[in-house]
Amino acid sequence: MVEFTLPKNSVLKKGKTFKAPAQAKNVRSFEVYRWDPDSGENPRIDVYEIDMDDCGPMVLDAILKIKNEIDSTLTFRRSCREGVCGSCAMNINGRNTLACTKAISDYKGKIKIFPLPHLEVVKDLVPDMTHFYAQYASIKPWLEAQTPAPADSERLQSREDRAKLDGLYECVLCACCSTSCPSYWWNSDRYLGPAILLQAYRWLVDSRDESAGERLDDLEDPFKLYRCHTIMNCTDTCPKGLNPAKAIAETKKLLLQREQG
Amino acid sequence: MTHNRPLSPHLQVYRLPLTGIISITHRMTGVLLALGLVLFVCAVSAIAAGPASYAAMQDLLGMLPVQIIYWGFVYALIFHLCHGVRHLIWDAGASFNRDTMDRYALYELAVSVVLTVSIFFLL
Repeated sequence: MVEFTLPKNSVLKKGKTFKAPAQAKNVRSFEVYRWDPDSGENPRIDVYEIDMDDCGPMVLDAILKIKNEIDSTLTFRRSCREGVCGSCAMNINGRNTLACTKAISDYKGKIKIFPLPHLEVVKDLVPDMTHFYAQYASIKPWLEAQTPAPADSERLQSREDRAKLDGLYECVLCACCSTSCPSYWWNSDRYLGPAILLQAYRWLVDSRDESAGERLDDLEDPFKLYRCHTIMNCTDTCPKGLNPAKAIAETKKLLLQREQG
Repeated sequence: MTHNRPLSPHLQVYRLPLTGIISITHRMTGVLLALGLVLFVCAVSAIAAGPASYAAMQDLLGMLPVQIIYWGFVYALIFHLCHGVRHLIWDAGASFNRDTMDRYALYELAVSVVLTVSIFFLL
């Protein structure tokens, strides 16, 4: 359901400010969303002033610096620090992106960091992704084939068929797109959202997969697929430069073509 | 599990891109057009009801606030139409390029303004 305001327990409060060292010349402030499940208090915004002359170039570098040197209670996910794992997806200055591949110098002034939007917060910048992963599992993200594989080789693919997966296989399931989508905010209980639909399309167009019919049957649903209203936030925000909106449109076209025979 | 987990901020913090702003405006103009249609039917009924109500409606339509609402309605109609055309193009699977997304959105806005101004001068 559409809700414009946050529930009572989610309304933000002012938090603490951690000043930069006095000798620092190149200071930038980072406003970071904090919520401690043990405190029983509402979420707050803590402000960390960082000396940029003593910090790496990416937003993740700043967050790590906070964790290592200023406030070890700050909690967030990160792993690869090069945009292939999707762990450090968060909302930075109003757009979802990966903190590890986003340069601090891309922003002017304060940098505001929130968890991915409209998800339950486990702690600080860590949202609960359980539902997102369950939706991913629901589209059967694996190769389904009835014909047996060749005895002496792999299931081969022509170069043309392989090229159809470009722009799809690169998705790291960081959920930036899904959590940027207002339709997903209001209807994620039934709408699959851009990330999962892009993944669904990835298997639909895989020449080695033999269950496109069943996959389309599963997607043909007023909520699962058709809650996409081409708002385009997904494509706008994807940190990997992919185009979930296009994949969804192509899926809708496949359904239409099937209907027309 | 009894968590009291907060919901992370969404509309409060998200900066909608131009396409997102146009999308929500498309929705809002749709609702306003439906409401405006009721006013439109009232106006047409009044005009058809006889010379006295015709004259009264003419006076009413001449008032500045009513004129503003009137042209707001026309703009909403044209804007809604323009974005509707964009949706048709999208539904055909075209125009999803990341680089041209915002530029086409601006074209769409420009066309809706030009059409509305044209109607103003043609009437």
